[in-house]
Amino acid sequence: MLRYTVRRLLQLVLVLLVLSLLLFVWLRSLPGGPVTALLGERATPAKRAELTAVLGLDQPIFVQYFKFLARMLRGDFGQSTGVSAGTPALDVFFTRFGATIELAVGAMIFGLVLGIPLGYMAAKRRAGALDNSLIVVSLVGIAVPVFFLAFLMKYLFAVKWGMLPPSGRQTPGIDATRVTGLFIVDGLITREWDASWDSVKHLILPWIALGTIPFAVIFRITRASVLEVQGEDFVRTAEAKGLTRTTIRNRHVLRNAMLPVITVTGLLSGLLLTGAVLTEKVFAYPGLGEALYIGFTKKDYPVVQVIILAAAAAFVIINTLVDLTYALVDPRIRAR
Amino acid sequence: MATTYTRARKQRIDALVSSGDEGSSLLQDAWTRLKGSPLFWVGAVIIGVFLVLAIIAPWIAPHDPGAQLLIGQTSRARNAIAPAQEGFPLGGDTQGRDLLSRLMVGARQTLLVGIFATLIGLIGGLILGLLAGAFGGWVDTLIMRIVDVMLSIPSLLLAISIGVLFSNPNLTSVIIAVGVPQIPVFARLLRGQLLAQRESDHVLAARALGVKQGTIVFRHMLPNSVSPVIVQATLVVATSILDAAALSYLGLGSQDVSQPEWGQMLGEAQGSIDSHPQLAFWPAGAIIIVVLGFTLLGESLREAIDPKNRR
Repeated sequence: MLRYTVRRLLQLVLVLLVLSLLLFVWLRSLPGGPVTALLGERATPAKRAELTAVLGLDQPIFVQYFKFLARMLRGDFGQSTGVSAGTPALDVFFTRFGATIELAVGAMIFGLVLGIPLGYMAAKRRAGALDNSLIVVSLVGIAVPVFFLAFLMKYLFAVKWGMLPPSGRQTPGIDATRVTGLFIVDGLITREWDASWDSVKHLILPWIALGTIPFAVIFRITRASVLEVQGEDFVRTAEAKGLTRTTIRNRHVLRNAMLPVITVTGLLSGLLLTGAVLTEKVFAYPGLGEALYIGFTKKDYPVVQVIILAAAAAFVIINTLVDLTYALVDPRIRAR
Repeated sequence: MATTYTRARKQRIDALVSSGDEGSSLLQDAWTRLKGSPLFWVGAVIIGVFLVLAIIAPWIAPHDPGAQLLIGQTSRARNAIAPAQEGFPLGGDTQGRDLLSRLMVGARQTLLVGIFATLIGLIGGLILGLLAGAFGGWVDTLIMRIVDVMLSIPSLLLAISIGVLFSNPNLTSVIIAVGVPQIPVFARLLRGQLLAQRESDHVLAARALGVKQGTIVFRHMLPNSVSPVIVQATLVVATSILDAAALSYLGLGSQDVSQPEWGQMLGEAQGSIDSHPQLAFWPAGAIIIVVLGFTLLGESLREAIDPKNRR
């Protein structure tokens, strides 16, 4: 297990290194080059020359890359120019990080809590009415553009019927104490229940919009996986031994069927990050996705590069953790 | 005695060979299963209609999709758009253009994005996958590391990053932005397929007969890897259409108003969804139906081709 862990961690470092190289090349391929990207098209030649020198763009390319890498390791990504002008890009990232975590984790929980039990039930009553209708729902769920679903829900539940707030993260002017940057958790810690509830109300629609695809995918994987597992010999043996249905379900069927679900959950985290860009834009939710969108439109590349790097890094780290969990559960993987 | 036995055996073999009962090939089996699948037929019909519409759209569209024919009835100040009327069954959009014509021509643009983005992914993946899977060794290691890093960036994020590199987004830039992130998916799939076959008996036999490396790869290994690639390609067409729509929504889509694409129409319509939801419903419905069609086709193909379902 230790050998496997070390190998996976070394791979992780390698991937992050190549990623930084890609990001470096990408920043240099932006229309107009990095100076224009940072200063805008109307900057004076003197200012351009100064920044060129400051950024070290007059130096050999590999020196530039190592300086770029060193700056990143120190957490210096430059100043934001559009999202929140003047503040360091890394600070912009940290102030918005909590918002996206609340959104993404909630959406994933929505997908898991609905997807796994429904997938199990559908597999148990294969080709029944529940199974067939859930398959149709999951297929449509994958086919609907995330932002359209978000818009539709916002239009119906927030604009037309006024049941939930249409945008934002918390009602402006609410008296809430900030502790962790996770608004729901803050309210629970400080016993300001109304603040927590207010955040939850703002998040219900984004959670559902962002959680639909995870739900559809998890449902389908669970269903397929349960179908496969319950035909296995060891399940028949368990039945023959006279074990109760609950024991067979929890100890034998679900436990084995969960392996593909774990993998898919890891892979879905990448989908959540990009889905968040669309969902947050629709609901004007002040998270990383919205910052990324504003960053692109206002050419705020310091912020954009932090978020892209963080998103890719998070995705790689999550999947490394998934692989390690997997190896912990299934000894066959470690041997490879 | 021995000759009688040999002759009898030979006759028996001849009889079996010439009996015409050849059993069923994998492909025939797959087709038999496919024919009985309602999901396949729904998907096939949707895609058939979509393809025909995409091909003949310019001739059957009643009006020029870019012309502001109904601009007289459109007013930004009064928040009014042209209602359905004689010759314009769906009315106009916020710019006074015929919605029906735009939807029809949009089918062609959407198809172009879906097909060409998939082709980029397929061809790029084919090249990388072939190099890695056919040669193995350090070539394999190097290519698969690159593929791993590309896969580590969520595909839509990669598409956005590529989309930003174009200062004037158009249909081609959308196709490139959506297609390139699919390359690693195909590369990995193909490499896995080829790797599994490199050690298999039919490749060993070909090698023993002195068949050249290139011939082995293209005549013996590749044809046997095609079916999962076809399944993946069908599903990637669906993903590409959705990703292109997302790019349009983020303002990175094609800006050419005379050649609309459904994602672009949907993106435009979001601004007026409170007052004119139908402008968003039509292109969104079209996208959902077509994506559903490709997904159904891909899933039913996957199930039909899977040898585990062979009876």
